[in-house]
Amino acid sequence: MSESLYQEIILDHYKNPNGRGLREPFDAESHHTNPTCGDEITVRVTLDGSTVADVSYDGQGCSISQASASVLHELLTGSDVQQAFDVEAAFVELMQGRGEVEPDEDILGDGVAFAGVARYPARVKCALLSWMAFKDAAARAVAGGEAHR
Amino acid sequence: MVHQMASPLDVDRVRKDFPILERRLAGDRPLAYLDSANTSQKPRPVLDTIAEHYERHNANVARAVHQLGEEATAAYEGARDKIAAFIGAPSRDEVVFAKNASEALNLVAHTLASGLAEDPWYRLGPGDEIVITEMEHHSNIVPWQLVAQRTGATLRWFGLTDDGRLDLSTIDDVINARTKVVSFVHQSNIVGTINPVSRLVERAHDVGALVVVDGSQAVPHMPVDVTEAGADLYVFTGHKMCGPTGIGVLWGRREVLDALPPFLGGGEMIETVAMEGSTFAPVPHKFEAGTPPIAQAVGLGAAVDYLSGLGMDKVHEHERNITAYALERLRDVDGVTIIGPDTSTDRGGTVSFTVDRVHPHDVGQLLDEDGVAVRVGHHCARPVCLRYGIPATTRASFYLYTTSAEIDALIDGIERVKRFFW
Repeated sequence: MSESLYQEIILDHYKNPNGRGLREPFDAESHHTNPTCGDEITVRVTLDGSTVADVSYDGQGCSISQASASVLHELLTGSDVQQAFDVEAAFVELMQGRGEVEPDEDILGDGVAFAGVARYPARVKCALLSWMAFKDAAARAVAGGEAHR
Repeated sequence: MVHQMASPLDVDRVRKDFPILERRLAGDRPLAYLDSANTSQKPRPVLDTIAEHYERHNANVARAVHQLGEEATAAYEGARDKIAAFIGAPSRDEVVFAKNASEALNLVAHTLASGLAEDPWYRLGPGDEIVITEMEHHSNIVPWQLVAQRTGATLRWFGLTDDGRLDLSTIDDVINARTKVVSFVHQSNIVGTINPVSRLVERAHDVGALVVVDGSQAVPHMPVDVTEAGADLYVFTGHKMCGPTGIGVLWGRREVLDALPPFLGGGEMIETVAMEGSTFAPVPHKFEAGTPPIAQAVGLGAAVDYLSGLGMDKVHEHERNITAYALERLRDVDGVTIIGPDTSTDRGGTVSFTVDRVHPHDVGQLLDEDGVAVRVGHHCARPVCLRYGIPATTRASFYLYTTSAEIDALIDGIERVKRFFW
């Protein structure tokens, strides 16, 4: 049964995370915590025009929250900002779908492995932690860029 | 691993009193409930008493003149008698019902901060010091932080030693002539430590401070006599001792309860009310505004009867045996670190631990797949996690129905966690 929650892809990302570590320079940073379990993550977003040039992150927490950040980095780095927000929305929809949402691998890539997590309400917040931090940081990076124009 | 353990309790028979322990979980897994520090399970007599109360005696208390009202009042006040006897309270009037231990602690903190006490000694202000400890449940930290903010009093605390005990090496400095309140946990809900109540009480009383003890994790597990403990105020909750949720207890020395001003205002806590002002009922009713948790109090009375019937000394001894066995087995698991005392001296059956390279949430999730129910996280005692430099722990907690086979299931589960994540 564990296989439905802990997909091999999730364990791979947890054991060998992509893009982990906070990098300079960056345009905006967001620190999110899950007060019920103490998981935390810091996400930095660097923009190059309308492209997400880098998403760097560091944090501590369970395999679900940390693997999710690794997948986020992999999916969103190099993509157009609007496209990144679309992927973020699709991931949130999947996680809030109570296991009823069929994920689109073209959009979510390795993120589809989290489909099983959506059936565990206590763990959904773990999976969403880095994505909420990204959304926050990216919105501020975009706003900051516009203010400077 | 087969382990024969002599128990002072007939645990197989005890377990038959708890219907939920027979439950099969999804996938037909058996249940190993190791989360009693969170909330205990309820025995049949408690469940039946609550059902019977609603089916046969339900009415509001202390106001109805009809027969049902009298029966409900007798049952509610009868529960107060049972609880007073259970904790050795000199008077039933010293037993105040609250909704839980958190509310009881807030009652004490709030009334001391309100500035409404007739006797100025019971009004906290600048220059006064409140002493707590680093191993408190948030419910014995946050109310005092709020009190310090409101009154200008200073909050101080005892730190912890590396092996999970209170560091009392500076006791004469921390508790001093400025100390007004010393509030601490009898048994830690996260590391299981049983604190030296009498030593703290002695020092606090030497400087004339009020002693508040949080017995939420003590009263369910060991014989507690509040006069022997020596505290001025002692709180605990019903749902961790086979009773229902929604009922907690504040015991206080009559003199102290009389000196504290009212907490919540409303029905039943008054003597007379006029538009210009009100006078208040004597304790305990002064602190019981509104319709109280009647069926819950009655249920807690039944829980006390149940525990007394088994004998709290036997319950305690059974838990000591189980805890010693659990510690022995956990110490042998490669990669497991016990947080807190790793011997059974002065500790109860609540054991926190970490598993190398695996987050507690992942530990708890995989154990759940084996039917082993534990709690993971900071257990509402986050400063303890900070003290030991860990984000969270996995906590297994035992009670009168816990078997060595359930400890074995926990150990097997941890081995599976390691195979999965290592």
